[in-house]
Amino acid sequence: MTAIEASKPARRRRARGLAVNFGRFAIMLATTVLGLLAVTFFIGRVVPIDPVLAIVGDRAPAAVVERVREQMGFNLPLWQQFVVYLRQALTGDFGVSVLTTNPVMDDILRVFPATLELATVGTLIGAGLGVPLGVVAAVRRGSIADQIARVIGLIGYSVPIFWLALLSLLLFYAKLKWVAYPGRLDVAYEYTFTPITGLYLVDAAWTRQWDVLWDAFRHIILPGALLGYFSLAYISRMTRSFMLNELGQEYVVAARAKGLSEGRIVWFHALRNAAVPLVTVIALSYAGLLEGAVLTETVFSWPGIGLYITNSLQNADMNAVLGGTIVIGSVFIAINLFSDLLYRLLDPRTRAR
Amino acid sequence: MKPLLTVRNLSVTYPTRTGIVEAVRGISFELGRERLGIVGESGSGKSQTGRAIMGLTPPPGIVRADTLSFSGIDLTQAGPAAWRDMRGSRMAMILQDPKFSLNPVMTIGRQITETLRRHENVTKREARRRALEMLEAVQITDPERVFGLYPFEVSGGMGQRAMIAMMLVCGPELLIADEPTSALDVTVQLEVLGILDRLVRDNGMGLIFISHDLRLVSSFCDRVLVMYAGRIVEELATADLSSAKHPYTQGLLDCTPRIGESRHPLPVLERQKEWAA
Repeated sequence: MTAIEASKPARRRRARGLAVNFGRFAIMLATTVLGLLAVTFFIGRVVPIDPVLAIVGDRAPAAVVERVREQMGFNLPLWQQFVVYLRQALTGDFGVSVLTTNPVMDDILRVFPATLELATVGTLIGAGLGVPLGVVAAVRRGSIADQIARVIGLIGYSVPIFWLALLSLLLFYAKLKWVAYPGRLDVAYEYTFTPITGLYLVDAAWTRQWDVLWDAFRHIILPGALLGYFSLAYISRMTRSFMLNELGQEYVVAARAKGLSEGRIVWFHALRNAAVPLVTVIALSYAGLLEGAVLTETVFSWPGIGLYITNSLQNADMNAVLGGTIVIGSVFIAINLFSDLLYRLLDPRTRAR
Repeated sequence: MKPLLTVRNLSVTYPTRTGIVEAVRGISFELGRERLGIVGESGSGKSQTGRAIMGLTPPPGIVRADTLSFSGIDLTQAGPAAWRDMRGSRMAMILQDPKFSLNPVMTIGRQITETLRRHENVTKREARRRALEMLEAVQITDPERVFGLYPFEVSGGMGQRAMIAMMLVCGPELLIADEPTSALDVTVQLEVLGILDRLVRDNGMGLIFISHDLRLVSSFCDRVLVMYAGRIVEELATADLSSAKHPYTQGLLDCTPRIGESRHPLPVLERQKEWAA
């Protein structure tokens, strides 16, 4: 085995493996997005809502209806309609929202950052606390700490989040006045602060408006913590089971035989191995939050994409619904690819092939 | 000369739901700077003995001993921190299968330098140099390359050599090899054994070689302990193996096929209840 492999340095082999992976990623991405668009197109044709009538109204004369139908391309064969749809979707043109009269893309660019910010804060809290909690529960299996972690997790995914949201608003806003009222910013700032990216925490820090940053923080912390708790419940249970698996491996015995401290064995050796499957779990939970936590967004009047799509759906605004679906689907695909990439980075075994 | 390791009346027990399981039941032996083999079947307590000496009995196991002393240190009084300081630097252990006993996401080089940096105050560069030296000592021809490889990228024999390097890099006085070649091909077994033998001799280490392979042990060790059901049933020099007295040992020896002799069927070990008493 030495002669042949020695002529081909391991590093170069790994680099080539990575290039092949990127190629595979690209193909996978293209086919998945195509599938997503096909599904949304299909849904758009199947739902019993006539997009022409939605625009001209049901009292328009037949001639007008026919003209608008032609303008919108609904007289073309289905496959031509799909091609047009593809071209529009790929250039970010999802049509105009009937409800807001804005192009759907503009609306989404406005509401998606709100969801992105909330989901990111939630995931940071969820993973930041959930992983250590799961590790401790695994290391002290069967102890009081493990039982407490189990109860925390159980409550997290069995209590309805809107109920918890209302109660926590009552406690932390109405009674204790620790956090701000629902919404993203105080009214005072809402008209003076111009967002750049739409992520208020980032924008405020970037423009050094510390008072705005503090205000945005006071608004996001409660919904963020709730979503964080929700994902913590899942992440901590998964961490515990991955860690139990790793701590039973032989290399842990070997690490002990080397005289390493328990801390290093748990937090470095075992967690580093458990991190490989954990990345997927955290990414999926993040993607779940990015779909828009409708209930949380409703209770906290958070103008995110979940609220936007729900509103559009209730008003039969198909362009907005399908546009939102495509964006969420794309985000989901992107996060999946990203976690796959991270997985490969963390696990050398998947890199070689 | 004082022995390196003295074990007197060592027992390892595990409380379980259905009662107490006695894995090791009061064994005593001494080890100098020699190669001692411990043989026995699965569940005879040989691995548990090795782990108890290393202080690696997993909870809820309980280790008891009248004497457990290692080069003048009373191990029965040693706290966890003292154990940790000794493990890897003064006593080390080689496990069975490098596929599982090396951390899969760390390079081999890093795992070797980790042992060094845990026990000795060395710079990164010095640690790397010594790790490469150690890889060379276990007869790896291109240490530089192997240093940067991950465990899954090397063969079993290579992995076991890396394991030996990782455990011996601090120059321990006592090495416990727990079935170090059972997971390897027969040809590779001999190579790895040869390397182990040379390192043990050159550094004057005491070796406890745990195996279920009586023939392998007898060709490799100075002395053999035969364990059965948690007890030592026989202790003899390998040269005297043919004059074993205990029926279990005799039975084991009798079962081995010999070249140039056709015995059909091979005799089978017939267990007696009183052996386990």
